[in-house]
Amino acid sequence: MTTAPVVTGLGVVAPNGLGVERYWAATLAGRAGIGPVTRFDASGYRARVAGEVEIDAAALLPGRLLPQTDRMTRLALVAAEEALTDAGLDPSTMDRYGCGVLTAASGGGFEFGQRELEALWGKDSTHVSAYQSFAWFYPVNSGQISIRHGLRGPGGAVVTEQAGGLDAIAMARRDIRCGTRAMVSGGVDGSLCPWSWLCQTRSGRLSPDVDADRAYLPFDADASGYVPGEGGALLVIEDPATAGERRYGEIAGYAATFDPRPGSGRPPALRRAVELALGDAGMDPAEVDVVFADASGVPDLDAQEAAVLVELFGPRAVPVTAPKTMTGRLLGGGAALDVATALLALRDGVIPPTVHIGRPRFADVLDLVRDEPRPARMDSALVLARGHGGFNSALLVRRGRGRDST
Amino acid sequence: MTEMTLADLTRLLRECAGVDEAVDLDGDIIDVPFDELGYDSLALFNTVSRIERDHSVRLPDDLVAEVTTPRWLLGVVNEHLGQPA
Repeated sequence: MTTAPVVTGLGVVAPNGLGVERYWAATLAGRAGIGPVTRFDASGYRARVAGEVEIDAAALLPGRLLPQTDRMTRLALVAAEEALTDAGLDPSTMDRYGCGVLTAASGGGFEFGQRELEALWGKDSTHVSAYQSFAWFYPVNSGQISIRHGLRGPGGAVVTEQAGGLDAIAMARRDIRCGTRAMVSGGVDGSLCPWSWLCQTRSGRLSPDVDADRAYLPFDADASGYVPGEGGALLVIEDPATAGERRYGEIAGYAATFDPRPGSGRPPALRRAVELALGDAGMDPAEVDVVFADASGVPDLDAQEAAVLVELFGPRAVPVTAPKTMTGRLLGGGAALDVATALLALRDGVIPPTVHIGRPRFADVLDLVRDEPRPARMDSALVLARGHGGFNSALLVRRGRGRDST
Repeated sequence: MTEMTLADLTRLLRECAGVDEAVDLDGDIIDVPFDELGYDSLALFNTVSRIERDHSVRLPDDLVAEVTTPRWLLGVVNEHLGQPA
């Protein structure tokens, strides 16, 4: 069988914790990072809570990068540095093209872009920063990470809304199979500014609830949409033949599908994504030990996902969790954070909880891990992600089997 | 029209392009090339635009591409100050 690329480093920036271990501790403790929007005045909008990251970027990043970066790029740079350090990878000692970077994005640097467009139209072109030329651009995180760490291998960005975190990791897996030794991949995203907020609220999927503990209730009878957040995770993914001994696990399988057009009468394609990912990994459904759900929070989409899980795995046959109830949905970053979280769960033998769910809607068929972490012996985890507009992705991670096994 | 000083320039560089931690902008940098100070052409582009805006002065289009040191940049700026934009 094909040897699966392995994850050797993690970097996390999340609303409930900065850095992998702080995030993981908060997540196991059920501590959420969702609250009223503070970054701008959201009082006139339909949705008013978000998962905001607490960070002093100026203390963590080189001064030259601050005037040229949107906030989500700053968060991504912090996560990339942590991931590379965690992996013990020094790109300057590697082959010139030995390490690349491929990240997920949604709209790029919206906040930076809004500020510069305001300057352009409110004042004149002389007030627009030259850094607007790239700071708004959706591949900017890949570019800035590449420049900062000298990653000259394959590079790119993928924009598939909230499925992007998985798609980016899968594309990095392909680069490694094609001969690249290591990739930094995943996604760190978010744009908590009026322009982006308006775009997101227009989807009709954001929760109007102003109570931070009640706004994002996937698989709950009171589900009313989701809460957006900022952050995500970046992973160092390596060729198993050259990676060191310390490994979080391997990228065992992946598939992506696209939903039929609305009104076609054909079923959504999420189930097909899971089946294809299982086939790619050579796994049976019974071998999946935990599912990290997409957990939309939109009632119809929750029902679709619950139905797929029941059809494929059987009623209450596999534990399901959605720790993103503590962070909100992080656009291109959310699914990557779920992959990092799944790897930490495999490492420590514990499933992080879903929080705030008081009236589980699918309790008869869905074994949702609620409120408390659940110890479990696990070898593999399935991560699901769906992006607005029809994107479905499924990715399987499996505990590493050591360098010498096949 | 008051002359633009090195202190004025370093203040604008800080605001427009940030500072490389390895560089002491308050040191004797008048003849230190911009690239050694950590500033690329985009950093200079931002800073020169800001000077033009703050002082209502029009500087040559090729200045950013050619200028290499703070002394050179200050010389060109001060030559243009006081002339009509």
